[in-house]
Amino acid sequence: MTISLIRPSLLALALTAGLIGSAQAETTLLNVSYDPTRELYQAFNPEFAKHWKAKTGQDVTIKQSHGGSGKQARAVIDGLEADVVTLALAYDIDVISAKTNKFPANWQKRLSHNSSPYTSTIVFLVRKGNPKGIKDWGDLVKPGVEVITPNPKTSGGARWNYLAAWGYALQQPGGNEAKAKEFVTELFKHVPVLDSGARGATNTFVQRGIGDVLLAWENEAFLSVNELGPDKFEIVVPSVSILAEPPVTVVDGVAAKRGTADVAKAYVEYLYSPVGQKIAAQHYYRPVKPELADAKDVARFPKLKTFTIDGLFGGWAKTQKAHFDDGGVFDQIFTR
Amino acid sequence: MSAATTLNWAAAPRGNAAVRFESREATRETPWVKWTILGISLTFFAVFLLLPLVAVFVEALRKGWETYWSALIHEDALSAIMLTLTAAAISVPLNLVFGVCAAWAIAKFEFRGKHLLITLIDLPFSVSPVIAGLIYVLIFGAQGWLGPWVAEHDVKIIFAVPGIVLATVFVTFPFVARELIPLMQAQGREEEEAAIVLGANGWQTFWYVTLPNIKWGLLYGVILCNARAMGEFGAVSVVSGHIRGQTNTLPLHVEILYNEYQFAAAFAVASLLALLALVTLAIKTWVEHRACSAPPSREPRQDAAS
Repeated sequence: MTISLIRPSLLALALTAGLIGSAQAETTLLNVSYDPTRELYQAFNPEFAKHWKAKTGQDVTIKQSHGGSGKQARAVIDGLEADVVTLALAYDIDVISAKTNKFPANWQKRLSHNSSPYTSTIVFLVRKGNPKGIKDWGDLVKPGVEVITPNPKTSGGARWNYLAAWGYALQQPGGNEAKAKEFVTELFKHVPVLDSGARGATNTFVQRGIGDVLLAWENEAFLSVNELGPDKFEIVVPSVSILAEPPVTVVDGVAAKRGTADVAKAYVEYLYSPVGQKIAAQHYYRPVKPELADAKDVARFPKLKTFTIDGLFGGWAKTQKAHFDDGGVFDQIFTR
Repeated sequence: MSAATTLNWAAAPRGNAAVRFESREATRETPWVKWTILGISLTFFAVFLLLPLVAVFVEALRKGWETYWSALIHEDALSAIMLTLTAAAISVPLNLVFGVCAAWAIAKFEFRGKHLLITLIDLPFSVSPVIAGLIYVLIFGAQGWLGPWVAEHDVKIIFAVPGIVLATVFVTFPFVARELIPLMQAQGREEEEAAIVLGANGWQTFWYVTLPNIKWGLLYGVILCNARAMGEFGAVSVVSGHIRGQTNTLPLHVEILYNEYQFAAAFAVASLLALLALVTLAIKTWVEHRACSAPPSREPRQDAAS
């Protein structure tokens, strides 16, 4: 019996070796991304492979990994060999740069539009008919309203949600830091569950039916409505929100080692091409060059006033330290 | 946990004790007590075990056989199946060898630190799987203890197949050993001593005396070990890196599909895991049956008359 058990294990070992061997023969790229971009890159990757084949004659396969933005950054720091990172916010990529030295600290200057080929914003997803009458940020703290948002410690989207709420309060007549803190504190008292990633929060709201309003990426909100039935949910656009820039960059250290520097660079640049911009708009990301995308896709985006993290908060490094690091404002307001 | 799954090989009451229990006035319960207890347990069984199992298959087939089948033969699903089988095929034999060695050492010899060894074998049961995964990230991760060495020699351990195998080995570590230790302790060492006295060498003793005595217990341990190896989620999730088509095992693939709103596909893959579990249970029952109907030879067949 022992022998008959050893034999399949040897076979499996041989197979594994074979798998690893064959995987190295072709060019592969690993794109480590955040939660809601799954469908976007599923559509974009084959288009890029086609483009690269036509241009160089080389076959390239792109592998994807998705998860909460902060968690994914942590994995790359711990050794996940990403040729390209496409995360939810610049700070997570800053941390990778600082901890691994695999690409320069000024990475965000390497591509146009702050290295963000598409942008998004934060909107509200409510149940059909908007039973709680939610129209703007102020309505979220009304008695009896339950708000779903993921944990800002682990989720990029959640940090945008938090800052959008903060920025709204700051820009109200007579608004100041103290009032903003008060508003956001009150807001988080209305949050029954903190999921670790944006997709988890969406599932909590949509599948488990918890909460009255989901603070969501605009693209995630559109996707939920379309995937799960326009008869169940509707999108509410607040008076003002934040301009979310999810940036992309090549991890030079990894790409150089794996011999993929050229194809990785071409990959992120192709996101700015007409094809990349079209696909972004199709998947409800706002293209930074809307003139390249289909007009009917662009027309779906509601117009709203946005503020930026650099303009209102003085950049990610400062914001992260003040709000989300241990002992920061979020820790102070979220103690129960 | 292990105590509950351990078969009571030596003292299994064969014969018809239950019938005797029923037929005696003093030990018989009134019918309503009997039926109430039976009703409670059956309801509980139906609601908490049968219903979820049925739900998995119903959800999986909601969009028809075609969707079901295409979810299973999708490239990413196939590679997840392959990876799960590979991880099990490596970790089960490793734990088989270790389990036999450890049980042999503990049951047949006296040595210092024996109790420590028994306690340590149970460690994977008491540690949360997430911690089990993190241990390997802390050791082999780029920022971990062996991180520089790993990078220098260009070996990939975490976020690659070896990390998944390591995590699986860790969580399935106790199954075989835990199954064999009580069994071998109960059997004692007289038979081995007799074999040695009769001139058998160590290997012959193991092969012709020890192994036949423990084979059913061993098989039982291997089955449980295999079931856990294929189903492990937490520890593997931490070291996987979630690269689809490369480092996703079946349970991780289910999660990914679920998060992508592909519910029918998620349940289809889940049903495959459920099916594996059912097959495991069937084999387990068969092994138990065989083990009980073929008792160890040293036991006198006294219950034939009763």
